[in-house]
Amino acid sequence: MSAAVAPSSSPKITQPSLGELFRAFAIVSVSGFGGALPWARRKIVEQKGWMTADEFNEAFALSQFLPGPNVVNFSVVFGSRFGGAAGAAVALAGLMGPPLIIVLILAVLYARFGDLEMLSRILVGITAAATGLLIAVVAKMAMPLFRKRWDWAPPVAIAAFIGVAILQWPLPWVFLVLAPISIALAWVTR
Amino acid sequence: MNDSPLLPLFGYFALLSLFAVGGANAAIPEMHRIAVEVMHWMNDRQFADSFAIAQVSPGPNIIIVTLIGYHVAGFAGAAVATAAMCGPTCVVAFLVARTWDRFKEARWRIAIQAGLVPVSLGLIGASAFVLARTADHTIYAAIITAVTAFIGFATRINPLWIFAVSGVLGMSGWL
Repeated sequence: MSAAVAPSSSPKITQPSLGELFRAFAIVSVSGFGGALPWARRKIVEQKGWMTADEFNEAFALSQFLPGPNVVNFSVVFGSRFGGAAGAAVALAGLMGPPLIIVLILAVLYARFGDLEMLSRILVGITAAATGLLIAVVAKMAMPLFRKRWDWAPPVAIAAFIGVAILQWPLPWVFLVLAPISIALAWVTR
Repeated sequence: MNDSPLLPLFGYFALLSLFAVGGANAAIPEMHRIAVEVMHWMNDRQFADSFAIAQVSPGPNIIIVTLIGYHVAGFAGAAVATAAMCGPTCVVAFLVARTWDRFKEARWRIAIQAGLVPVSLGLIGASAFVLARTADHTIYAAIITAVTAFIGFATRINPLWIFAVSGVLGMSGWL
């Protein structure tokens, strides 16, 4: 049945079975320290040949634009393309299952040993570093947006930042005000 | 009325999942606001620790909601928080994925896609700000953050190495 929704593609693109889908996303999720995207790309485009690079970029752009966790969205978008609802469910289960088990073990350990002075000191160090990595991501994302001098994008980004970080307004409000304005500006300036 | 935390846990995260354009990273300030300031489920340090654990765990970073849920209500809380954060957005993703390709050239689709980019950038920037404020209590921790930001921006070093080094620095009592 999945043949009906196959993407138009070159002949060397192959179709994964449900079992392969699950395994692929399980492996991607467990190897994906610090973001699963590079691993998903490696697996799907380079190793398995389930998508071309362009198809992957488009599917991922869609996942990023949708609300919620990007990689989770991607697993649903990708799985549904090859196996409908069952494919989406299987890819999602593969992506979330193994990390859930690991993180629950960590949660139990933290609940038991979280007060240990040494553990909390280690976590302070890791949090400081993880925050730095996030700043690096922001800087990389901001580069193309802030390059043009007179553009609507930087003020929108700065307004979203001030609303949530400085004024500490609830995210849904900030989003509901800024997203329509930003989309309208994108529409008008095109 | 019952005081079970499962209901607010589900409600907050389900709502949040629908507005978190930019993923887990964009949603951190709102999670912090709700878990620490509004609901008093955890303190600043526990929130920062949860973020750190989610970062060093494999898999999507959104797994921080599993940790918050577990902290609030054990395994049931973990299950409810995770389902709430993934459920609504997965349904949306599934429905949109079926129709999206048809409108590839449509002007409204291009406008939506372009318009949401700066919003999510601002939200992720806010996350970095909130995390820095909860995590960097000493000048040394702030230096670690700054150095990591530079390394992450300018090099392709695997983040796990940076985590390992900063974890050791933290353990040795430097931070």
